[in-house]
Amino acid sequence: MSARRLTDGGRIDRSQTLRFTWDERGLSGHPGDTLASALLASGERLLGRSFKYHRPRGVMSAGVEESGALVTLGRAARRDPNVKATTQELFEGLAAAGQNAWPNVRYDLGAVNGLLSRFFVAGFYYKTFMGVPPFEWGRGTGMWMRYEKLIRRAAGMGTASRAPDPDRYEHAHDFCDLLVVGAGPAGLAAARVAAEAGLDVLLVEQDFELGGNLLNQPHDPAATGHARELAAVAAAGVRIMTRTTAFGLYDHGVAGLLERVTEHLANPSPHLPRQRFWTVRARHTILATGALERHVAFGDNDRPGVMSVTAARSYLNRFAVLPGESVIVATNNDSAYAAALELARAGAAVTLLDARDTVPEPLSTAAADEGIVVHTNTAPLQAQGARSVDALRTAVADGTGWRTGATFDCDFVAVSGGWSPVVHLHSHRGARPVWNAALACFLPGECGEPLHVAGAAAGIWDEQACETSGRAAAAAAAAALGKSVPSVSAPPAGGWSAPIRPLYEVRVAGQKLKSFVDVQNDVTAEDVRLAHREGYVSVEHLKRYTTLGMATDQGKMGNVIGLALMAEALGKEIAEVGTTTFRPPYTPVSLGALAGRGKGSHFRPLRRTPMHDWNLAHGATMTEAGLWQRPWFFARDRESLAQAYVREASTVRTSVGLCDVTSLGKIAVQGPDATEFLNRVYTNPFAKLPIGKARYGIMLRDDGIVMDDGTTWRLSETDYFMTTTTAHAAKVMVWLEELLQTRWPDLRVHVTSVSEQWAGTAVAGPESRAVLAACVIDPHVLTDESLPFMGVVETRLTGGIPCRIARISFSGELAFEVYVPADYGPAMMDLLWDIAEPLGGCLYGLEALGALRIEKGHVTGAELDGRVSIDDAGLGKMAAGNKHYIGSALRKRPALVREDRPRLVGVFPRDRSQTFNAGALLCRAEQVAGHGDGWITAVTHSPALGHWIGLGFMVGGHAAWSGKPVVAADPVRAGNVEVEIVSPHMYDPSGARMHG
Amino acid sequence: MIRIPCPFCGERDHSEFTYGGDASIEYPPLDAPPEQWLRAVFERENVRGMQAETWHHANGCRLWLVVERDTLTHEIRSVRPAHAGIAQALEEGR
Repeated sequence: MSARRLTDGGRIDRSQTLRFTWDERGLSGHPGDTLASALLASGERLLGRSFKYHRPRGVMSAGVEESGALVTLGRAARRDPNVKATTQELFEGLAAAGQNAWPNVRYDLGAVNGLLSRFFVAGFYYKTFMGVPPFEWGRGTGMWMRYEKLIRRAAGMGTASRAPDPDRYEHAHDFCDLLVVGAGPAGLAAARVAAEAGLDVLLVEQDFELGGNLLNQPHDPAATGHARELAAVAAAGVRIMTRTTAFGLYDHGVAGLLERVTEHLANPSPHLPRQRFWTVRARHTILATGALERHVAFGDNDRPGVMSVTAARSYLNRFAVLPGESVIVATNNDSAYAAALELARAGAAVTLLDARDTVPEPLSTAAADEGIVVHTNTAPLQAQGARSVDALRTAVADGTGWRTGATFDCDFVAVSGGWSPVVHLHSHRGARPVWNAALACFLPGECGEPLHVAGAAAGIWDEQACETSGRAAAAAAAAALGKSVPSVSAPPAGGWSAPIRPLYEVRVAGQKLKSFVDVQNDVTAEDVRLAHREGYVSVEHLKRYTTLGMATDQGKMGNVIGLALMAEALGKEIAEVGTTTFRPPYTPVSLGALAGRGKGSHFRPLRRTPMHDWNLAHGATMTEAGLWQRPWFFARDRESLAQAYVREASTVRTSVGLCDVTSLGKIAVQGPDATEFLNRVYTNPFAKLPIGKARYGIMLRDDGIVMDDGTTWRLSETDYFMTTTTAHAAKVMVWLEELLQTRWPDLRVHVTSVSEQWAGTAVAGPESRAVLAACVIDPHVLTDESLPFMGVVETRLTGGIPCRIARISFSGELAFEVYVPADYGPAMMDLLWDIAEPLGGCLYGLEALGALRIEKGHVTGAELDGRVSIDDAGLGKMAAGNKHYIGSALRKRPALVREDRPRLVGVFPRDRSQTFNAGALLCRAEQVAGHGDGWITAVTHSPALGHWIGLGFMVGGHAAWSGKPVVAADPVRAGNVEVEIVSPHMYDPSGARMHG
Repeated sequence: MIRIPCPFCGERDHSEFTYGGDASIEYPPLDAPPEQWLRAVFERENVRGMQAETWHHANGCRLWLVVERDTLTHEIRSVRPAHAGIAQALEEGR
């Protein structure tokens, strides 16, 4: 016999039937069911196979502590393993399947592992396969890796889908005066009182119904107490979130919530996310998280048909499922009696085992009235039955131990080993839980934050007292937040009529039993003792060695038993052994929820220049440069990348090219002391830069290493236009602000990022002046006399577009940078291209830009990598000797001025037809080993030189390697190539073209 | 997540800010000898407890702030603009 649905009662809606599948078989349930209650009501008991031994497992709880009924939900890309059937709401069309079993959970060939279980003790894998001859002789860990794969397949949990997650997830944010976690008697009372006092209250409940333990009580639709309380909570203005788990508490009142938005819906709107990840900032927080009922370790206590007493009560009263006809309730405390009475009233034959020597009144009389036989001094010893419990062997107290007692036939066993307050969230705040020996549980410790604990989470067992403690916590929070409310004194922990008899394991000398401590991880009482014998006596080591308390349930039911057994083995008290540290999340959080919308193209912001569409319309292939989309190359007639960039670079050297350089950082440096400021920031002199001139500058960090480079244009006495590299634009801005605000507050300077305000293009090549002259209203401003090399002019383009032009060159050719207000970017490109195209000009992208600058030996982020001094970069002459600037003191540290530091060099292949890769190591030919003598940072085919060239760094610089054979070592990619080390100025070293 | 009460923007998540460093460091004049710079740049205390540190409200008002924070508990005792003139103007505006 197994469970069956009762004809009336419960909080399910019998007027509707929901069809679902279990292992492809059609079953049904009702709205209000969980998957677990619907499966039980359908007569299903064997729902899973265990992690290691493939033992049959069934429903063991009615909540998040579940470690037996772990199932796989959904199909294909939506396949979600290790879902707790006890928390999954039933919906029409739900598809669930058993896991870790083949062919299915009822007939599982993997169960052969159970026969070998005496070999599979704690630490089995490590002992057997790691580093033990003959498996490992001379093989490193290779064999282990191979075995691990097989073991992981045989032992494990469900299998996740490998397809991309088709669902969407959202991040959301909220604030409140008071966050109340848990909507049982304490939480409901707390939320109502606080809201009535005028606080903005957010009440979160992981269940789909409010009520907590109230839901487990006999449901009488005529009684209105529960409904009245819910109405009062709503009327008080409490903001309520159900299906929402507060999974972590963080600093300063920040809580992480996971809201399951559509997981209970048959046909969710495609506009809804599956889950929302909430970050809530609360001024005060009340934890009314309740308590979880503990199991007891006894033989085969994991058999389907064995579950916690509160679960039995929940299935009976909330879900109208009578879990068995012939029921044994085993307890060591008062709390189990209510369930026993209710099971008896529902028609079950109930036998009650109480580990204590007497049963307190009025419980004994009530039991007798329902015809329940109570055996005192009695505890469960071993469950019997192959796939489901059919009898229970018992043990009778014998001094401090146990001896074998009677055996009772039964089809269901409900066990209560006491209660563990849910102190997890409290522990997240660093407050260690404190063992209370009288109540046999951990209670929340001192915390010192605006955090209150109420109800069973504080070890208060009586429902009325829980409500009072909720009101007391709300009054304390309201008072702290400046609301005048009458204070309520919090009731003390406890509340049973007779004390609990601590009971963690039942065993009889001479009998070998499989008594599970942590069911999900297949950890037995014997494993804990084995760990002790092998020296793993700290709780943290115990956890890691046996896996006790790991995985999806995080030891919610078994941890305390494990601690108690370790304490016993050590001859210590539990308080001395302590507990492992609880960390977020309280229940699992999906990676999808953590990522939210931040995946794929939304992973990071996308920056486009104002000419983005213009570039695309003119054939650009784009590439990423940091967050920016930049033109990579402009292919013509199916050109390859290589063909396109070589053509573009040649065109710039022979005619003219246009390149979108908007992504460069641009900073307005303004104020009476701007000149002095720049003079301190840059290594080279800026004090005498005339108005209408630009200067290339290098800035160092405090430690003397190069931070960034760029040109700065003087527009007026007090107004400069600074450009930075694309990569370091934000960093330089922050740095300038730091200097002005923290170090030199006396300087009257303001810096403003204007990167977004100006669109820029480089016009480069021998024809560049001609092109630009045709586009400005007064071409005379561009003559060599009016605008010499490094000259700056503010003027207008045809049609009156305001612009700034500087004659500066990154390519080494006669070149200009032209900036216009961002919205004019495409118009500027139209003007320039209309002239440049008929002249045989081109548009060029980042690849050609790179080729041109490598030919010239100009450095970029590839070279200025945060390790390079100004001398290393070959720019030592840019460091003024007659002034002090940021980094001037420390750039001369002995190690930074050694002659044998790697210096910027050019690289040619010895055989000019060959190529090499950036990232290759440069080694002297006679010693191609180790880290070599240098490395290559950038490589291009040089159209000007007709072969491949590179830039890199080489110990001592190029002069030291003149004529010496060097190898670009790249053994795992392209192979080694013989190279020559040359001056980094590989093309037009005198700069004649640029000045011409 | 810690929350920092910015004197301009109000209490905000720390993800809006960038951590600077130890605010008690007096950077020497630019012409100071390398030994002084070495001390300022490299020799740092690893404070357990209350520490004055700089934070930049990068995704807010762009102000550099001096935050007194307990490195153990994250308790924030005070927040003020690093720039004395701005701090004073703020005081006077209140």
